[in-house]
Amino acid sequence: MTEKLLEIHQLCKTYNVSGGFFHPKKRSVRAVDHVEMAVYRGETLGLVGESGCGKSTLARLLTRLEEPTSGQIFFKGADIFSFSAEELTAYRRNVQMIFQDSYSSLNPRQSALGIIKEPLTIHRIGDQKTREKTALDIMAKVGLGAQHARRYAHEFSGGQRQRIGIARALVLQPELIIADEPVSSLDVSIQAQILNLLLDLKKDFGLTYLFVSHDLNVIRFMADRVAVMYLGKIVETAPNFKLYERPLHPYTRMLLAAIPVCDPRRKEKSVAVRGEAVAENDQGCAFRNRCPYRTAICSEQSPELQEVDDQHFCACHLAGSI
Amino acid sequence: MTPLLDIKDLATVFDTERGRIRAVDGVSLNVAAGETLGIVGESGCGKTMLSLSVMRLLPANGRIISGEILFDGTDLLKLSEEEMRARRGADLAMVFQEPMTSLNPVFRVGDQIAEAIRLHRNVSTKQAWDMSVELLREVGISDPQKRARDYPHNLSGGMRQRVMIAMAVSCRPRLLLADEPTTALDVTIQAQILELMEELKRKNKMTVILITHDLGVVAQSAQKVAVMYAGKIVESASVENLFDRPLHPYTQGLLESIPAACAQGPDPKRRLKTIPGSVPDLYHIPPGCRFSDRCAYGFERCLREEPALTEILPGHQAACWKALEGGR
Repeated sequence: MTEKLLEIHQLCKTYNVSGGFFHPKKRSVRAVDHVEMAVYRGETLGLVGESGCGKSTLARLLTRLEEPTSGQIFFKGADIFSFSAEELTAYRRNVQMIFQDSYSSLNPRQSALGIIKEPLTIHRIGDQKTREKTALDIMAKVGLGAQHARRYAHEFSGGQRQRIGIARALVLQPELIIADEPVSSLDVSIQAQILNLLLDLKKDFGLTYLFVSHDLNVIRFMADRVAVMYLGKIVETAPNFKLYERPLHPYTRMLLAAIPVCDPRRKEKSVAVRGEAVAENDQGCAFRNRCPYRTAICSEQSPELQEVDDQHFCACHLAGSI
Repeated sequence: MTPLLDIKDLATVFDTERGRIRAVDGVSLNVAAGETLGIVGESGCGKTMLSLSVMRLLPANGRIISGEILFDGTDLLKLSEEEMRARRGADLAMVFQEPMTSLNPVFRVGDQIAEAIRLHRNVSTKQAWDMSVELLREVGISDPQKRARDYPHNLSGGMRQRVMIAMAVSCRPRLLLADEPTTALDVTIQAQILELMEELKRKNKMTVILITHDLGVVAQSAQKVAVMYAGKIVESASVENLFDRPLHPYTQGLLESIPAACAQGPDPKRRLKTIPGSVPDLYHIPPGCRFSDRCAYGFERCLREEPALTEILPGHQAACWKALEGGR
């Protein structure tokens, strides 16, 4: 395959949580647990998982909004956690983020143009005049007209606000866009508009996406390759069609079975969906208490991600045999 | 069969600083006993205000200005507040989207369910507690004796929603209104909650109105569907007919804009069909058909005259001039 734009190696992030006033004993939660992953130039990698699985923490580590407990992230071969201040600025210019909640991620006291122009000011690109022109050009690309330039965030609908967020991410011409649940707060008709826009922009600007979502249908539409996360670990990665046609990990199968199908005649579930994600700080497989196939080894040893089929990786002791 | 709930020409308005809006604008629908009716629509279409109107739990600035809500033949709008209170919980109950904000954070969940029971039944505190433990078991909470002593913050989102459902069904209501009951939940938890609701419905012979924005949830759970747009019902049909042959351009657009409906796998030319524009602001409703400014078919008549919800195929109604002309 092509060049690895981003490489994540044995990345861990542990948070310490106190048990509250009456139980001062501290616990630690592994939000990201030995993640091993790569993003190739030009692809859309879909990262899917349920709430609390660590996908947002991973996105925050990638943008260096959080420092890892251990492990490394390489961007074009360079370790992002050993960057100097100058290199970090350049990195942030290259890696931009689109957030879920377009309302709280836009400054309410700045006009749309001001918001989109700001990254150019911070990175000292161009002068006042060219910045404004660049910002207006980007606005046109995301489907906002010049008449929107002087309006404030509250004057826009949810879909339009998300367009502003996208324009702000694009204005620095980054190579990698990390989109953290970019459409999950939008109505389905607006969601479709934004997804189409993201596809167009990817083609026009030659972008690479890390697309984080809990919605398997959205990921199926957007991603070239999919990584499934469960309780801090990547449990399966595969090219889109392989993951959806032949899922290997029991968790992926359960997730797929849980999607309500838009067909009133198909009501049978292929896999029983049960249990809730509960983190256990021990050696075994994190999914074993919900897994219908668990065996003795599952509580003794945490399975490693291994290539079961061409480009199809799965972290399950029984992968390929169930 | 006479319907359990029969809503006739209901209109609910809100008086705000910017003027009056009609959140529910002439809605008529009925639900037969034992049926699940799905009400689908995007945010702001009035689906929540419709259900709050049925419960008579509208916010202070909301008012029902016309219509009838017949529950088993009695018009709920003609009842006194006291009579209505006796019916809420006992005859009709509601499950809300946000289980965290609808549960009281400072009381144990067992006590909260027991309170609902004691409001409607003449039982002792001890009996009510035992009944709430039994209800928690019924909604699939393991170790219910221990869980009943927990506070809402001790429970996961899925368990809180189970508690809300336990509370709603505690007095065996005949009608359950569920407003986006699974929207805040993960997909694996959602599947379990929907299954639980189905099971309770069957066991208690309950009638359910399921309000959701998710067409997949409707396809899996409902027998009948009503699609709402800007305060009106634009289409209503059996779930099979609606998915097989949607008549209203809005329903067609909604179904086509779901990512699952499109080509499988990453085709480089893939596109989702979209509905242009956005949901109208209820302060500025377009004249004529409310969907006309987003509709691909808009005729001149659509801009002038508002189409009424009309039966186009047997049991299948739509409010659309094109469907009216083409469907015959």
